[in-house]
Amino acid sequence: VENVRLLDRLSSRKAALGTLYLTATHVIFVENGSETRKETWVLHSQISSIEKQATTATGCPLLIRCKNFQVIQLVIPQERDCHDVYISLIRLARPVKYEELYCFSFNPKLDKEEREQGWKLVDLNEEYNRMGIPNNYWQISDVNRDYGVCDSYPTEVYLPKSVTAHIIVGSSKFRSRRRFPALSYYCKDNNASICRSSQPLSGFSARCLEDEQMLQAIRKANPGSDFLYVVDTRPKLNAMANRAAGKGYENEDNYSNIKFQFIGIENIHVMRNSLQKMLEVCELKSPSMSDFLWGLENSGWLKHIKAIMDAGIFIAKAVAEEGVSVLVHCSDGWDRTAQVCSVASLLLDPYYRTMKGFMVLIEKDWVSFGHKFNHRYGNLDGDPKEISPVIDQFIECVWQLMEQFPCAFEFNERFLIHIQHHVYSCQFGNFLCNSQKERRELKIQERTYSLWAHLWKNRADYLNPLYRSDHSQTQATLRPQMAPCNFLYKFWSGMYNRFEKGLHPRQSVTDYLMAVKEETQQLEEELEVLGERLANLQKSKLNYNKVKSKQQDRSKQLGLSMSNNSLANTPQEYSNDLKSFPSRTPSQGDEEDSALILTQDNLKSSDPDLSANSDQESGVEDLSCRSPSGGGCLPSEDSGKDSDEAAFLAV
Amino acid sequence: MEFAELIKTPRADNVVLHRPFYLAVEGTLCLTGHHLIFSSRRQDNAEELWLLHSNIDSIEKRFVGSLGTIVIKCKDLRIIQLDIPGMEECLNIASSIEALSTLDSVTLMYPFFYRPMFEIIEDGWRSFLPDQEFELLSSVTDEWRLSCINKEFSVCPSYPPVVIVPKSVDDEALRKVAMFRHGSRFPVLSYYHKKNGMVMMRSSQPLTGTNGRRCKEDEKLINATLRPGKRGYIIDTRSLNVAQQARAKGGGFEQEAHYPQWRRIHKCIERFNILQESLIKLVEACNDQSHNMDRWLSKLEASNWLTHIKEILTAACLAAQCIDREGASVLVHGTEGTDSTLQVTSLAQIILDPRCRTIRGFESLVVREWLQAGHPFQQRCAQSAYSNSKQKWEAPVFLLFLDCVWQILRQFPCSFEFNEQFLIMLFEHAYASQFGTFLGNNENERSKLKLVQKTMSLWSWVNRSEELSKFQNPLFEANSLVIWPSVAPQSLQLWEGVFLRWNRPSKFLDEAHEEMINIIKYNKELQAKVNALRRQLAEMETDDRMQENL
Repeated sequence: VENVRLLDRLSSRKAALGTLYLTATHVIFVENGSETRKETWVLHSQISSIEKQATTATGCPLLIRCKNFQVIQLVIPQERDCHDVYISLIRLARPVKYEELYCFSFNPKLDKEEREQGWKLVDLNEEYNRMGIPNNYWQISDVNRDYGVCDSYPTEVYLPKSVTAHIIVGSSKFRSRRRFPALSYYCKDNNASICRSSQPLSGFSARCLEDEQMLQAIRKANPGSDFLYVVDTRPKLNAMANRAAGKGYENEDNYSNIKFQFIGIENIHVMRNSLQKMLEVCELKSPSMSDFLWGLENSGWLKHIKAIMDAGIFIAKAVAEEGVSVLVHCSDGWDRTAQVCSVASLLLDPYYRTMKGFMVLIEKDWVSFGHKFNHRYGNLDGDPKEISPVIDQFIECVWQLMEQFPCAFEFNERFLIHIQHHVYSCQFGNFLCNSQKERRELKIQERTYSLWAHLWKNRADYLNPLYRSDHSQTQATLRPQMAPCNFLYKFWSGMYNRFEKGLHPRQSVTDYLMAVKEETQQLEEELEVLGERLANLQKSKLNYNKVKSKQQDRSKQLGLSMSNNSLANTPQEYSNDLKSFPSRTPSQGDEEDSALILTQDNLKSSDPDLSANSDQESGVEDLSCRSPSGGGCLPSEDSGKDSDEAAFLAV
Repeated sequence: MEFAELIKTPRADNVVLHRPFYLAVEGTLCLTGHHLIFSSRRQDNAEELWLLHSNIDSIEKRFVGSLGTIVIKCKDLRIIQLDIPGMEECLNIASSIEALSTLDSVTLMYPFFYRPMFEIIEDGWRSFLPDQEFELLSSVTDEWRLSCINKEFSVCPSYPPVVIVPKSVDDEALRKVAMFRHGSRFPVLSYYHKKNGMVMMRSSQPLTGTNGRRCKEDEKLINATLRPGKRGYIIDTRSLNVAQQARAKGGGFEQEAHYPQWRRIHKCIERFNILQESLIKLVEACNDQSHNMDRWLSKLEASNWLTHIKEILTAACLAAQCIDREGASVLVHGTEGTDSTLQVTSLAQIILDPRCRTIRGFESLVVREWLQAGHPFQQRCAQSAYSNSKQKWEAPVFLLFLDCVWQILRQFPCSFEFNEQFLIMLFEHAYASQFGTFLGNNENERSKLKLVQKTMSLWSWVNRSEELSKFQNPLFEANSLVIWPSVAPQSLQLWEGVFLRWNRPSKFLDEAHEEMINIIKYNKELQAKVNALRRQLAEMETDDRMQENL
């Protein structure tokens, strides 16, 4: 469709004219501008809602909201075209079969071997070995081979040595969806562990001998402690309501030596609504400070984030400081339980704060234990009530921790944002389906690529320059402030307003430091070369001719790389802010006419292309300062736009 | 010595000091004329706390048996608690502190007694003189002149002795304009934008009153700053409503009919007690110990602090935009022209002028646009967030300005030569200091107090390399461009360095800052090494070549 206008959300005056293409996998908008032809690519799988608004004089507006929090507003001249696009997108954004998803057509031009290598990057058996398992207390169990006991669990689970198949099967029958207690994290230093399960089917009085034996075995696998914490991550009221349905929570009287604890995290429906409310606040056009803060509070989002963190902190404390093992569950044990176990692991073990370790953590607590990615993130058309930002919340918890412990993480904010993007993108196979069983049936590993290999390949972009493996913050357990710490939880505009670059700091400290570090590395290399050369020169002055010519080469190279660095000082998307600025500021005036006057003056202004020359100055140059990667996070995210599938279907 | 009379108990032993995030320490408390000094007696970790009495905002005492407890709340927002054994000692100490922290005579303040222990390399009182500023200006334009009309502070008591005005307007006309402006603050030059020759002026409100009085000289003065055929903007920092109400009290605003070449824009920046209450509420929210997230956000919202930040920044951006984008000159004023006006003019300069983003340039800006421009520091900074007394002159106007600068710094972390600590230091010294810089309400009062002769300037201390190194931003790379900050709520944050400074552990953030400095330091060291080696190599090679030639 030609002559489509892409509106800037912040400023209605600024709109780009261009052509809209629909392909099998993407919506593409190409600007008409002669030199740059800026392109906006949106994966169909990212589309969360499409809204056709009332036709106006200028055309037919179409609003596309994305799961990665991008909002695209298009105006299509012809109502008929708009309707066609709308209908096509509705269909394309809601695939019914896994085979329709992007990862089955996405081809990063890797051969079979490279693909297999990619899938091997994260190996959970290796991870349990790293934790020190199998050992005297824990072993791998094949009771769930062929998914015979629990179809949402992995085939390989780690359980106390003393537990027999009889106990496992018995316990599984007493747990929702047969998700029996299994090991999530083991602390080598003091034998304390974190186990996870679903709720017991206790109703008002039911009990199960095998389940009691199971918990006892878990407690005994930690000889240093004489009791076991059982943490129910639901609000007490919800757990009690579940009893009426024959489910519920552990009765302390029936289990020997457990301490039972509720930590109220709300359910997926509350979280979905909370996010919805917060996004409405983010989308407000020129909100006042009060609108924003009030809306943020009203959404309850940060309260929920804090609840998840508090639960993680409680468990990490129990394990690290008290040396007590913990069993965590919620209802089914695949949402809140995953959040809480992974936050606790992240606090406890510095390994999970490295790039590789973080991949392992997601693979372990989320992918292998049957977090329902397909349902929660709506990859296939399904029940909208199943959708909820569960992993988004975990990712935000990590960001909140990064803000409090800036040196503790090997990776940076961009890494988190890209993982969030790919949870929804369906470009890689990692997060497809609802369980390991389904993924094996679909032969995901043979037919798609692994995100982890892709991120690992580009790891230089995701490094936190402040991370040092020998730093005190990186080594020990992180102990966030428990006390009055509400103010530590902040709104993450880098995530929820990530496509509005105008709102973010114009200069990135991370990128700047990364560039400095890169330069430092070059200097180190050069220093070595120069040192050698000097030594050679001193040794044998006979060879000087040769050396000299070599040295000239080298300095030429260096000069080049230096100038490359400064060339990278190219402007980034700054226009957003700039052009929005004139229209926004005056319109906030108290008097209507003062706003009008300014716009009129704008038009009359002797400088007709005010907007055209506005990009030159305005701190653009300094923007990406020394950023080697050009500063944008989009390119690597959309690495899927390979030229292979250039079959644009212009509608 | 009169202080001795106020100090009934100069010393108390076995006092226990409590601070958040520190273990309680036992030690000795001493009172002097200007300080409260606490020193722990432990040999291994001798620790001293020196607190200026003038930094104390409020003091509370309570007793449990004979153990007295004093809670001291400071103007820099810190709260400490002292447990003092003995009821009499405790009462004596509390009343002494109360008396010493509320001395009403300026000449009894510490700056008049302070003797510097450092060598004075540059006298800060002479670092930023109006003549130097004018010299810079006259190198680019000859349309302005330095007027000594206010030499004896006879025309305008809150202006400095010399001001910069359009060349075409003589002192006689200025005198008439002064009669037409509130507090005689006639329009003067605040900033000259080299790029396009546009200017920013500031003044107080015109005294139009209800019957629309006009002053031809005033019109002529501000029109003299316009290029032929060009228009200018008047930014009134009050809402139209407030400005209209001001007419009843003899004030007012420029009527369109009399200023046809000017367009007036009203912004709404709050004043006085509204700001002071906002600060009190904000600090209360930050000190709230509750565990409830909602309560924190609603208290933050109810304080309105960030709303004020947003309003001030928006007005400053607008002024900068008019100058740089619209190519128009600007006149800024509110009522008196000593508060919101200065916030707007100084922030606009930070946006427009790279010089103001350097340490020296920023100091010069504070001197020009705040001290010389007659911001009444002594009135505004007499009390901070913990004071119970409700006087009407206190307002955190300067703190709001510093907060706005911090917001821009956060958005452009590589464009400022100074760091957050520099801004925090200025906040502290504006409220309590050993230096005379922020004493008095204007140059007139400062000259009567003979501050230059009797006290030390803050700048003499700050501008020594030992101190400067603490305030330098390691990420700084000179940026000659205009920087446009975002004023969207998502982009504005609570200034934790000031408001949460004493309520959060800063260890991890400090470590991060240190790491940042190390990364850059190491890079610079390597650069120096590489350059040295290169030079050495080059020398050896030329030697060789010469030998060869021989």
